[in-house]
Amino acid sequence: MAERRTGDVILDVKNLSLRFGGVKALTDISFDVREHEIRAIIGPNGAGKSSMLNCINGVYQPQQGSIQLRGRTFTHMNPRRVAEMGVARTFQNLALFKGMSVLENIMTGRNLKMRTNILQQAIRWGAAGREETAHRKVVEGIIDFLEIQAYRRTPVGKLPYGLQKRVDLGRALAMEPQMLLLDEPMAGMNVEEKQDMSRFILDVNDEFGTTIVLIEHDMGVVMDLSDRVVVLDYGRKIGDGSPADVRANPDVINAYLGTVH
Amino acid sequence: MLYRENGQFKTTYRADQQIFPILQDRIAIALLLVVAFVVVPLVADAYTLRAILIPFLILSLAALGLNILVGYCGQISLGTGAFMAVGAYAAYNFMVRFDGMPLLAAMLLGGLMSTIVGVLFGIPSLRIKGLYLAVATLAAQFFADWAFLRVPFFTNNSSSGSVSVPSLSVFGMEIESPAHKYLFCLAIVCVFALLAKNLVRGHLGREWMAIRDMDVAAEVIGIRPVYAKLTAFAVSSFIVGVAGVLWGFVYLGSWEPAAFSIDRSFQLLFMVIIGGLGSIMGSFFGAAFIVLLPLFLNRVPTLLGIPISVSAASHLEFMIFGSLIVFFLIVEPHGLARLWSTGKEKLRLWPFPH
Amino acid sequence: MGSFLETLLGGLMVGMLYSLIALGFVLIYKASGVFNFAQGAMVLFAALAMARFAEWIPRLTGLNNKLIDNSIAFAGAVLVMIVLAWLIQKLVLARLVNQDGITLLMATLGITYVLEGSGQALFGNDIYKIDIGMPKEPVFILEKTFEGGLLINKEDLYAAVIAAVLVALLALFFQKTATGRALRAVADDHQAAQSIGIPLNRIWVIVWSVAGVVALVAGVIWGSKLGVQFSLSLVALKALPVVILGGLTSIPGAIIGGLVIGVGEKLSEIYIGPHLGGGIEIWFAYVLALAFLLVRPQGLFGEKIIDRV
Repeated sequence: MAERRTGDVILDVKNLSLRFGGVKALTDISFDVREHEIRAIIGPNGAGKSSMLNCINGVYQPQQGSIQLRGRTFTHMNPRRVAEMGVARTFQNLALFKGMSVLENIMTGRNLKMRTNILQQAIRWGAAGREETAHRKVVEGIIDFLEIQAYRRTPVGKLPYGLQKRVDLGRALAMEPQMLLLDEPMAGMNVEEKQDMSRFILDVNDEFGTTIVLIEHDMGVVMDLSDRVVVLDYGRKIGDGSPADVRANPDVINAYLGTVH
Repeated sequence: MLYRENGQFKTTYRADQQIFPILQDRIAIALLLVVAFVVVPLVADAYTLRAILIPFLILSLAALGLNILVGYCGQISLGTGAFMAVGAYAAYNFMVRFDGMPLLAAMLLGGLMSTIVGVLFGIPSLRIKGLYLAVATLAAQFFADWAFLRVPFFTNNSSSGSVSVPSLSVFGMEIESPAHKYLFCLAIVCVFALLAKNLVRGHLGREWMAIRDMDVAAEVIGIRPVYAKLTAFAVSSFIVGVAGVLWGFVYLGSWEPAAFSIDRSFQLLFMVIIGGLGSIMGSFFGAAFIVLLPLFLNRVPTLLGIPISVSAASHLEFMIFGSLIVFFLIVEPHGLARLWSTGKEKLRLWPFPH
Repeated sequence: MGSFLETLLGGLMVGMLYSLIALGFVLIYKASGVFNFAQGAMVLFAALAMARFAEWIPRLTGLNNKLIDNSIAFAGAVLVMIVLAWLIQKLVLARLVNQDGITLLMATLGITYVLEGSGQALFGNDIYKIDIGMPKEPVFILEKTFEGGLLINKEDLYAAVIAAVLVALLALFFQKTATGRALRAVADDHQAAQSIGIPLNRIWVIVWSVAGVVALVAGVIWGSKLGVQFSLSLVALKALPVVILGGLTSIPGAIIGGLVIGVGEKLSEIYIGPHLGGGIEIWFAYVLALAFLLVRPQGLFGEKIIDRV
């Protein structure tokens, strides 16, 4: 595992609690994420990992606690503001836009950076056309990076699962994020696909210095890729540290394998 | 053999982003425009122009507007007739109350009024979705039905309840004959189709489609649902409003609120669905289908020598109409536009099977 | 005060009838997730069947007993609605199983057109009478409390009672019987219900038949009052705001929504109408429902939908 120059804390989650009616999804969670690192969030199913990401993104509003992002503290996140602050994410269930092609999906990731107004776009000739071409160039770079050139015009719904995952990643990358939240990027993949995806993630972190927060079940991947790991179980934090520390933590072992009474 | 793209390599993104990237398509469209602008006015008789082509053009425009809202942005609207009415009555009021108001200005102002009303009735879409939204848009429809009937201001205190427009002229040219009216409508439709296509392939169009497909994910990318939905309502209502102006001014000449009733709304929705949701071309296909079907149904029995009473014909029309809607939804939910593009795909391979 | 109460009562009566039609909507939506725009056309179709059967049976059989004729006609109409439900299930629903809401809504619009066309082709397009022996005279009630008493229509009273009984029966059906439970399971999740062995197709035929019978009852009552004619299917459009107000998945919602809309319409027409030029009944219900939706998108009793990402 290469040594990465991890920087200061850019995301600090403090005492976060989330409830859905009577169901406590997250209870008093605190952890931080440093710039340029790869931070994994692991835990058994239903531990609240996706809910955690959803809170960071502003999809869910926590009842208690705060999130400090790049020095600014929030009790409620707003999805657009989070996106504007340079945070992108992928989804566990692939929230791709089924009615659009691969190219169009990734282009939507450029949306925040496109500035032409309605009138300019309606005329297209001139500013809007130039802007579209400029962003197309960037997106094509991402398509090259993810090796999905052949599928540009294919409607995403027609692609196999592994390729759809790449498009999801591509769309997040198109936002040129400083922090990338990946929700089970390897789910449903075979060994080769996992190797490809791991390579992409590492490349993104190396080349662009993007901070990565990663939810993952595959322990091998987690141990290999991450700098630090947070472990959740039943909405509570039960471990936090380097992969080696976490692997040896008895609470973590119990959570995964079950306690012997 | 004919429809191959062999040798058509794009070396710039601009070239790849054209509306019609394939050369054969560009030739076909050019030919179509030549026929439409030059050949048809010379060759077609007054009846064809007046009863088939002009309504087809105007309804295509309205369907285009509706398609933007329903097909591209995924917001149901059952109140399109109301927005056409707003456009028509607004333009009428501008023309009648302001001396010397040019036709085009009145048309654009009518569209603008329709936009304002459209955005207003689009506000519910920020909180409610799907079926609930559909019923909410019916509120617009019935309110408009009532307003244009009962509020004398809108009809300029007309005693009969109907309004009529004086003769039309654009830039000093009279628009009297069916051929002139046809060309006027054709020009407007072409301009709007181009503007709409540009919007739809730009980033606003992608915003609309993102909201349609998965609004939660769209938010996470930084798309504002409020902006996307309201612009969809705005652009859609503008186009539908202009279509309303054309319908009242150019096609009907004089009209009452019933011209823009709920039947019109359903008719436009059917056009969009049968033609193809989320397809500019589909709006034209749908309009053609809906305009031609009743004529076809009226002619066929006489051609086959089967006498059929007027009421029986209209019942049959209802039944066939409804059956076709259901048929399309089952067989090709993406409408005629999808059938067309599938056909073109096959044509690209012809004469080879695959 | 007296006339206010009269208007109120009149509104309640009309509201009861809206509720009946809305009930059909809710039944179908609860069990198949389909928003049946064709409910109004079904009311018309059923009423036409009943009216014409009641005419033809004495002609064909020579039986002139009103009760027997009407009963046979009713039975015949019920049969027709069951066959209709079966046809709709087989030809339309079965082939649109996994489509989204808009598509299904459009399909029901198509069915509406088919029903309107075929209903008139089969049964004719005049105005027909339904006479099931409902008393037509008005009656004065509460003469002691209010001077002269309050005038209400006996027919409306009978109709309200019939509607109330029907609703109670349906509520019992859903809560207490196995089929009712199966219907609720299907409404929640088609695939899950299928996976535990509930025969989706049969359930849908049952639901649409029940909705058809509800439509028939509504059609008979309305038709008895107003005569059976094409405009009957338009009345059903009024039931949409009822369903919105009450919540698409709630039977009590349909009832309360219907009463609220019925009363609201009548009161607004009398008290607000004159200031606006009259005739506001055509949009009042919709605007009311719309305003309500902005405050509470799921209606009075509907279920909140939570999106899981």
